[in-house]
Amino acid sequence: MASDTRMNDVREDLVVVPLSHPWRWISGAVIVLVLAGLGWSMSEAQIQWEDVPGFFTHPVMLEGLLNTIVLALAAQGGAIVLGVVVALMRLSANPVARWFAVGYIWLFRGLPVLLQILIWFNLALVFQNISIPGLFSVPTNVVMTAFVAALLGLGLNESAYMAEIVRAGLSSVDEGQTEAAKSIGMTPLTTLRRVVLPQAMRVIIPPTGNNFINMIKGTSMASVIAFTELIHAANNISSRNLEIMETLFAAAAWYLVMVSLASIGQHYLERAYGPR
Amino acid sequence: MALVEAIGVRKSFGHTEVLKGIDLEVERGEVVCLLGPSGAGKSTFLRCVNHLETIDAGRIWVDGVPVGFRAAGGKLYELRERDAARQRRDVGMVFQRFNLFPHRTALENIMEGPVQVLGRRKAEVGAEALALLERVGLAEKAGSYPAQLSGGQQQRVAIARALAMKPKLMLFDEPTSALDPELVGEVLDVMTSLARDGMTMIVVTHEIGFARSVADRVVFLVDGAVVESGTPSDVLDNPQQPRTQQFLAKVL
Repeated sequence: MASDTRMNDVREDLVVVPLSHPWRWISGAVIVLVLAGLGWSMSEAQIQWEDVPGFFTHPVMLEGLLNTIVLALAAQGGAIVLGVVVALMRLSANPVARWFAVGYIWLFRGLPVLLQILIWFNLALVFQNISIPGLFSVPTNVVMTAFVAALLGLGLNESAYMAEIVRAGLSSVDEGQTEAAKSIGMTPLTTLRRVVLPQAMRVIIPPTGNNFINMIKGTSMASVIAFTELIHAANNISSRNLEIMETLFAAAAWYLVMVSLASIGQHYLERAYGPR
Repeated sequence: MALVEAIGVRKSFGHTEVLKGIDLEVERGEVVCLLGPSGAGKSTFLRCVNHLETIDAGRIWVDGVPVGFRAAGGKLYELRERDAARQRRDVGMVFQRFNLFPHRTALENIMEGPVQVLGRRKAEVGAEALALLERVGLAEKAGSYPAQLSGGQQQRVAIARALAMKPKLMLFDEPTSALDPELVGEVLDVMTSLARDGMTMIVVTHEIGFARSVADRVVFLVDGAVVESGTPSDVLDNPQQPRTQQFLAKVL
């Protein structure tokens, strides 16, 4: 019988031929070749590689690095606080607060960050003084330094995104959690702090980490208003020695270092608030 | 005076009137089971007693205090959420879906109320919380997170969490409906012992057996109104109303 023949075939010691994957080898080889080509052309390029480490630790570059870090942290920190406030307004029972939050997000998310930075920086052209009548009055061009303008431009734009991230996080927590908290007599504020926010963090942290990485890179836009962050620092150095690519590469290395550190930080935050 | 007095309680969601004038009194130490078909308004009424829902008409008093209001100068002032929270301290609630805090251990769930709401010291609360876990038979699960517990265990922790506030009244909203059949018994056992210890309880349930053996009084609700009320033997074994007879014929 046919089936018997097959059984007999199997019983004999036949050589097993594993499935070959020729395309894996070919595509792998192509990638390696392309990378090797890129590496070769970089080594052939008209770049003074030996100068890059010097620019990497150049005092002007380090000043730019410090300013970049301070600006990114301040803008992100402010954006998180504002974002939580706007998100709570967006979810509030007060219709005026709700509509304000919608309008806030619409405006600050809707305009390019670069434009917002430029508007803040040039505010003195239309408002000579910033004042609350009877309380204080200061000249706009004294307050609106490059740092403040960049902080407002980056921070307000980011706060609109943070508001949406926080709102998504708060909405992701089951209504039953709030009810359980109420049932043991928790006030709304305690409920938010002890029950809702810790659970919302799981949803809030990944996109916030993503946005912070964008924020680190976004600080480069402050270079257009002559704020000495990394790119402006690189330009300052190269304007004297004309080693434009070398200084830009040094700045690039710093961005990668900062972004890597931020990613590691995000990983640990996610683990701290991860599911039990 | 009765611990719970509800008079003419009405509640609508949109155009649907869910409670059509409920009158109910619960004495101290009494166990009252609310029975009835789904959609009868049992859970809604329970949630009104704890002010998780506001009522449209009527009054509910718990221990002489109007729920959700402050009585002063012949008027009732609606409470802010912060003050309503203070009223809820004295009323424990157990939910169908347990609603334990998933980011805290069993012990931390129980300690959360006394520490965060009553501002008591962690050390003394911890000992009490462990005793409560022991009472619901879960002393060895103190360090477990809710996700590591079975449904029956979670519900027992939830009962302990409510008891930690030393409530005058316990509300149970279908506490065994989300459980696998073999886990129902362990939760009912805890509730039975709680009733034996003299706790005042209002229990929304479909467990006729529990109502028969533990309840002092059974209240049968249909379409937002009380149809029949009395001792378990009166209502369950000798129902007078056709609607009650129909319901019991289906579930028994």
